[in-house]
Amino acid sequence: MIPLMHAIEMRSVTKRFGALLANDNVNFDLAPGEIHALLGENGAGKTTLMRILYGLYRADSGEIVVGGQPAHIASPKDAIGLGIGMVTQHFTLVPTLTVTENVSLGQAGGLAFDPKAARQKVADSAARFGIEINPDALVRHLSVGERQRVEIFKALYRNARVLILDEPTAVLVPQEVDVLFETLRRLQSEGLSVIFISHKLNEVMAVCQRITVLRGGRAAGTVNKSATTQKELARMMVGRETFGVTKEGARAQGEPLLRVDGLLVLDKKGWPALKGLSFDVRAGEVLGIAGVSGNGQTELTQALAGTLKPKAGNLRVGGRNLTHASPSQLAAAGVGRIPEDRHEGVVGELTVAENLALENLQDFTANGMLDHRRIRENAEKLIAEYQIKAAPTTRIRALSGGNMQKAILARALSRKPQVVIAAQPTRGLDVGATDYVRGKLLEQRDRGAAVLLISEDLDEILALSDRIAVIYEGRIVGILRAGEADAELLGLLMSGAKEMADGIKD
Amino acid sequence: MGLKIERVPAPVWVRPLIPIIAVVVTFILTAVLVVWAGANPLEAYYHFLIAPLSSRMSVLEILVKATPLLLTGAAVTFAFSSGYWNIGAEGQLYAGAVAAAWLGTLLGGLPSFAAIPLMIVGGFAAGMLWALTPALLRVKLSVDEVVTTLLLNTVVLFVISFLLNGPWRDPVSGWPQSPQIAESTVFFKLIPRSRVHVGLIVAAITLIVVWFIMSRAALGLRMRAAGLGQNAARFAGVNVERTMLAAALISGGIAGIAGVGEVAGIHFHLIEGISPGYGYTGIIIATLSGLDPLGVALAALFIGLIDTGAQTVSRALGVPAYLGDVVQAALLLTTLGMFVLQNYRVTLVRGEKRA
Ligand SMILES: Nc1ncnc2c1ncn2[C@@H]1O[C@H](COP(=O)(O)OP(=O)(O)O)[C@@H](O)[C@H]1O
Ligand SMILES: [Mg+2]
Repeated sequence: MIPLMHAIEMRSVTKRFGALLANDNVNFDLAPGEIHALLGENGAGKTTLMRILYGLYRADSGEIVVGGQPAHIASPKDAIGLGIGMVTQHFTLVPTLTVTENVSLGQAGGLAFDPKAARQKVADSAARFGIEINPDALVRHLSVGERQRVEIFKALYRNARVLILDEPTAVLVPQEVDVLFETLRRLQSEGLSVIFISHKLNEVMAVCQRITVLRGGRAAGTVNKSATTQKELARMMVGRETFGVTKEGARAQGEPLLRVDGLLVLDKKGWPALKGLSFDVRAGEVLGIAGVSGNGQTELTQALAGTLKPKAGNLRVGGRNLTHASPSQLAAAGVGRIPEDRHEGVVGELTVAENLALENLQDFTANGMLDHRRIRENAEKLIAEYQIKAAPTTRIRALSGGNMQKAILARALSRKPQVVIAAQPTRGLDVGATDYVRGKLLEQRDRGAAVLLISEDLDEILALSDRIAVIYEGRIVGILRAGEADAELLGLLMSGAKEMADGIKD
Repeated sequence: MGLKIERVPAPVWVRPLIPIIAVVVTFILTAVLVVWAGANPLEAYYHFLIAPLSSRMSVLEILVKATPLLLTGAAVTFAFSSGYWNIGAEGQLYAGAVAAAWLGTLLGGLPSFAAIPLMIVGGFAAGMLWALTPALLRVKLSVDEVVTTLLLNTVVLFVISFLLNGPWRDPVSGWPQSPQIAESTVFFKLIPRSRVHVGLIVAAITLIVVWFIMSRAALGLRMRAAGLGQNAARFAGVNVERTMLAAALISGGIAGIAGVGEVAGIHFHLIEGISPGYGYTGIIIATLSGLDPLGVALAALFIGLIDTGAQTVSRALGVPAYLGDVVQAALLLTTLGMFVLQNYRVTLVRGEKRA
């Protein structure tokens, strides 16, 4: 029944994207029946390496050996043929089809699709792997965790003996992570091997036997879990000993500077994305908004940035009603905004200097004419102050993610806003830039600004917030002080399993 | 063996070469047609490109042709750079021409130095007015301006047909043409024994103003921001709708001036077919220029050259004059193709399966 288990070896794999070396002579090997972590920061090249193994990219050089035989993997079809399955960061399920249909999709059998037989086969197979899924459920009714389970099952159903999971926990709440880990251990006990991609140290320590660390496209080493520590892994991952920001203890907090009351906002399709959302942020505190992706964070960010008009509710900044204010009115009223997607915050084809001036253009204009000297001086000052690696005349799209984010930060914070709205401020940044951005946000709090941090990274929320509000399906389902919050309670709130009584505040 | 296509932008220095390469490619492509029309391609291109530059008459004629093209090219560039796709310069030009024909009979009592500026202002206002409805529909109701501005180009022709066959029909000749405009409203000649009129200066000044606004004015930065990244511009506080509206109206106004020039400088009354498509050619010019005012000047002169050349070719070699149009259209397509292609690198892969 179970085909021969086989080891995988990737030897000196190199992959370039233009000038960028995404994988640099990487060696990686997977033993039969192990859970092997691929650990590394964002941009370290983890996804690229695995896409090569799964036939989605072609390596520029290097070889792949499967079960002792050199393998030519030119497409996912070849990979599946070798018993390799991959669950990517973005799911590939069709929401309007059932689980059975999704799993059977693209399977051999041609036109002679027998729904009953297919359903039975799926149900039997799921039972055999011990994976709990309802074959008849429509995928669009499933939670993210369940969809992921379907993706994993889909790979198993195609006889995968090696399972690649690309950052599977990024979309899960802590409880779902536990379920996933149990599933992986059970599959392992059946003899499957798993490549588990993550950038979270505690996770790889919890579930893996061996860990290969990638840093800047190179393999920084492979270690046994039993012979390493989180500290050592962190050092291998970032190339230095300590990292992270330290938050000064709770400060005396002042007046609420940002008040959001009963905000009702529709998403692009006209469905309510925020359903009467309320909270306030005081001077000198960071309020973190925690939640699983897609629970209204995007719409909240846009409503607070002035780019999405609320249907009902109120938004007050320092007592002024700014519910229907435009982005420029908000900026002028002292709201510093960091958008969820960097590229929606800067115009890529304009220069760094032009982008830095755009938000406060009236300060750089006389009689409708641009004051190019002031624009350049402003850019030079901010570039120095925020350590942006760029010249004023560089097109901003040429900047790395970290430098682009610093530019956005510089623009938003240079006029000492009383309210700061930071959405996913460190998404996709390396550790150095992440620390820098977090440090700047804490600096704002320490000088007395009200900081709203909307982030899907729970560690970030826990590291920076004085209070934590959990958003679930467009509502705040609980607000806790940072001291009372632990991952488990937050997880329950984030998954909608629990709701705290109204009006919990300080 | 196969082709590998990757998204790798060409180096920066390639950009300015694109129009030149496009011209060369176009001439190679259209050579087939020239041969088909029974002429020697080299000879044809000699007449297209060189012959018009060899006599005073035809050089000046290039300037005459370029005058409206400088304006429509500037108009389209202005709108496009803000992300407003004004395809209606042709209609706006006609609106300006109507205004000129009307003011030209009205302002006869004024001296030239007062009448001519008023003609220009009137044409600008008329072009703006003709551009107003699609612009409002676009910014208020998100109605696609490509469709509406294009439709209005046809509508204006009906309006003119009505005017010329009804109220404005020349009472003397009975022809469908408006009465002659007054002497003082005529755009005087810049160069004796030619058709080059003061409109060329107006066009040059307009182009300089356009350049100035686009690169030096706050409006210009807002326009470029809106055109290059609408969402990011909006996030950064640019009122994208108001910016587009301004760009659309100014664009319409500039196209309107082109119509004034044709009436007051060339025809002296309004007739149907006053423009052989200057508004549409403006789109080609704007695209060739890469939305750069200096590029507009070069492209307008170049198209003026081909237009003049096309007539020489047909006279000298007996090929149809619309060969010039074909060359222009091919030029637009190649340029557009090159603008797209510059973002990719195509390589030949041998001996391997396709990745
Ligand atoms: N298709 C691609 N084209 C160009 N660059 C890419 C592409 N895919 C990844 N990269 C770049 O390669 C590097 C490694 O990316 P990736 O493998 O996704 O990292 P990770 O998964 O470890 O976060 C990054 O700098 C990324 O921007
Ligand atoms: Mg990745």
